[in-house]
Amino acid sequence: MTGDTPLISARSLGAVFDVSKPWLNRMLAMESKRFLTAVDTVDFDIPKGKTFALVGESGSGKSTIGRMIVGLQKPTSGQVLIDGEDFFAIKDQKRKLAMRRRIQMIFQSPYASLNPRWRVRHIIGEPIRAFELMPASEVDKRVAELLDQVGLAKSDGEKFPHEFSGGQRQRIAIARALASNPEFIVCDEPTSALDVSVQSQVLNLMKTLQRELGLTYLFISHDLSVIRYMADEIGVLYLGRLVEVADRDSLFENPRHPYTRMLMDAAPHIDAFGRTAEIVSGEIPDPINKPSGCSFHPRCTLTEDRCRQERPAVREFDNGKAKVACHLCTA
Amino acid sequence: MSDTPLLKVSDLIVEFPTRNGVLRPVDRVGFEVRAGEILGLVGESGAGKSMCGSAIIGLIDRPGRISGGEIHLDGERIDNLPEERMRRIRGKKIAMVFQDPLTSLNPLMTVGQQLIQTIRTHLPLSQNDARAKAIALLEEVGIPAAATRIDAYPHQFSGGMRQRVVISLALAAEPELIIADEPTTALDVSVQAQIMALLKRLCRERGTAVILITHDMGVIAETTDRVAVLYAGRIAEIGPTRNVLSAPSHPYTVGLMASTPSTTGSLQTLSQIPGSMPNLRAIPKGCAFNQRCTKAISACFNDIPVLEPVNGSEVACWLYDPAYKQIEKEISGASE
Amino acid sequence: METQSPKGASARPEFTEKVATSTWQRWMDSDIWHSYKSKPVIVVSSLVFVTLVLGAVFSPFLSPYTPFDPSSLNLMNGFTKPFSANDFTGDYFFLGTDDQGRDVFSTILFGLRISLFVGLVAVLFAMTLGVILGLLSGYVGGWVDGIIMRVADIQMTFPSIMVAMLLYGIGKGLIPPDLRDEMAIWVLIISIGLSEWVQFARTVRGATMVERQKEYVQAGHLIGLKRWSIMVRHILPNVTGPILVIATISLALAIIAEATLSFLGVGAPKTQPSLGTLINVGRQYILSGEWWILLFPSLTLLALALSVNLFGDWLRDVLNPKLR
Repeated sequence: MTGDTPLISARSLGAVFDVSKPWLNRMLAMESKRFLTAVDTVDFDIPKGKTFALVGESGSGKSTIGRMIVGLQKPTSGQVLIDGEDFFAIKDQKRKLAMRRRIQMIFQSPYASLNPRWRVRHIIGEPIRAFELMPASEVDKRVAELLDQVGLAKSDGEKFPHEFSGGQRQRIAIARALASNPEFIVCDEPTSALDVSVQSQVLNLMKTLQRELGLTYLFISHDLSVIRYMADEIGVLYLGRLVEVADRDSLFENPRHPYTRMLMDAAPHIDAFGRTAEIVSGEIPDPINKPSGCSFHPRCTLTEDRCRQERPAVREFDNGKAKVACHLCTA
Repeated sequence: MSDTPLLKVSDLIVEFPTRNGVLRPVDRVGFEVRAGEILGLVGESGAGKSMCGSAIIGLIDRPGRISGGEIHLDGERIDNLPEERMRRIRGKKIAMVFQDPLTSLNPLMTVGQQLIQTIRTHLPLSQNDARAKAIALLEEVGIPAAATRIDAYPHQFSGGMRQRVVISLALAAEPELIIADEPTTALDVSVQAQIMALLKRLCRERGTAVILITHDMGVIAETTDRVAVLYAGRIAEIGPTRNVLSAPSHPYTVGLMASTPSTTGSLQTLSQIPGSMPNLRAIPKGCAFNQRCTKAISACFNDIPVLEPVNGSEVACWLYDPAYKQIEKEISGASE
Repeated sequence: METQSPKGASARPEFTEKVATSTWQRWMDSDIWHSYKSKPVIVVSSLVFVTLVLGAVFSPFLSPYTPFDPSSLNLMNGFTKPFSANDFTGDYFFLGTDDQGRDVFSTILFGLRISLFVGLVAVLFAMTLGVILGLLSGYVGGWVDGIIMRVADIQMTFPSIMVAMLLYGIGKGLIPPDLRDEMAIWVLIISIGLSEWVQFARTVRGATMVERQKEYVQAGHLIGLKRWSIMVRHILPNVTGPILVIATISLALAIIAEATLSFLGVGAPKTQPSLGTLINVGRQYILSGEWWILLFPSLTLLALALSVNLFGDWLRDVLNPKLR
């Protein structure tokens, strides 16, 4: 961890969803309520101007964490602190709105994230109007500026979203996220729907903007290679729990948790011709009935009795550069 | 591997008439696949890779049609067969695996019923023998406790297991060629590795040829023997995978490789190809890549390049034309 | 920034799709217009509908007689055959006359006016009610959704004609006798409208629940937009497609419902007859040989309902992306 005061902190963040059937069906089938723990005591800090990345497969809870951090969903337990302040504890609507202005989000789908009936000019200008950042007469000028900033032409503002390619739409989404002059942006799989050559354009644009505007990112992805390119610090999620948090170099040079190692090994490499990845047995278990002890134990090659019974605590390694939740990790 | 190709596609053209003119999602594509070989078709969305697969198996949506070229399977021409003949070839000789396993499985039938039905359509087996074969197939694709799982419905399987079932269904009639269209795109990385390993093993053990359609360069590198890089419906570069990926010749392949982030190697700025793939309605004159190419010369804007042998691969690029060799040297000299 | 610059983009017009400059050009280039042009049945039915609407709107100018002005009627003209002059008075009636000597062509034009007016306003009423309730139900969810949808369920268990008759009966009971004829049309409109809102509400609710999940709505939450603002400005424009289709199909249903009620004698009064009332009147003469009094209003109703229905079916096909 760097010495900066974190802009964003997650404090034992938890999200539990009620996935029970409707009351009557439950009574007839004599079932009890069922709960899904999507996020389980997650802790991390994001220093100002840095990128923290969450990586995980389906069911890891990475998107739920993103939604809780931007305030789209209330955590079941724990807190999200923005500059030391708990967003969900703010009662005053004006202050809440002021806080919203500082945090924005870029979504995964470049198709569903833009209202198809609105002109691009209106889409990008909406946050400016909603937060009343400037007089209405100046909004168009600011929109043109934003379009230019993300590499689009001013005339593109008159068009509708369907007239753009996936990459261009994602640029529009970025422009909208920037419209309220935020300090922090949650990027939820922003390039997973894009082609490689376009993905690199968008990633580079996001890096440039971060440098120019001093933005802080929470970057959510399932793709380790993209994360390696974007992140300063990385958290690896498995079934709602952070199993390893480490800075980028530490994680890629010395992955400590067996799951992190598996993820790295299973990811296809463009220079590993004819390689057969070491096969991990099994798939991600049902998040409603998680395995006991360490959730990864049924798929881990190192499993001992302790892993089946006892949930591993988070321990620090390498002077706090890496935090790992594994009984067997030694260095 | 025998010398005569199992599948030979030559100058394939697929056209879609629309009221604003005729679109060509596949434009003079040619390649060969040998028994036991895995050929990769790689490209970004709109490159025409899926359309190539659909053309081979004879499943192009109307009003699209094959308007030129020939497809030969085992020496037999199959692109102009009547629908009834083609239906028999489909499944028996060529099978298809799609991205979403649920589209290929009937949710109302057990996995066993679907497998037995497919087996008995193509092979003269009794109900019991077909069931035994179905269980053997499920075991072969790595489904644990196949003898009991055979009576489960598709929704009772996980995503990865479902894709295994689809592969076993594709294998049921012992086809000579499997076309796998983004078979792992919907799966998690750990499961993707399992499915890819399975495809490779089947290909090796059964001598089945596979056409693997994907956008993922990593999957191509690890799985395929040869690869064809498609751009705007045309092949930009085709050759042995190692050759094409580690020493790409076409500027598009070069750009594609350089813009693919990796978990290893240097961490410098990702290079990027400006712009995006042209819309099918507006493919530029000459080389389709000319608008995005930093090395484009005048010929690129006038004539469509054809595949010529370069460094052990075949490349469609004017920069490798003998007449422009000199210019190419100057350009590469200046950019380095 | 070395990314695709605005200058680069404008230098390569081939990259972006051809963009029509005006709304009119965009419409002329749209799939809907092309589909319309290529379907003669739809062209004919829309022309029939437009003709009927124009006939209804301009009925006071188009009708050769004023059939509901008793002073202008001549009993001698009663039961004149169509396409011929009256034997006694020599007056010519295009589609014949009824027992009172009213011109059937004129009564049809005025009846059409009532039928269309009732149908359109009833659909408008049903649409407003259904869209509001559907949006609320789909967006707010929870107990609001529960109540609205249960009411809709209950309503759906009764045939809509029965609902309309029930409401009509209640309405008649509440209104003082001397106002009954004047208010009859409005009671009719409300009762038909109330029996058709469920379709709108269900469809809008479904579409709203889909749109609510989309990320552009989430983006709206992120900037602290009020619920109504998200519902009205973001979601509503994206659920209009199906509303339009249902409105067209409901219009046909409403016209038929009105005709049915009027035929049963609980609809438009004889002083303001709709097509249904005319058919009811004509029914009495079918056995005595004056077939035209029944036939021509019936044909008009058929043409009206059929043209609206065909148009609605086509609209549903062309607006449904799954079928394209």
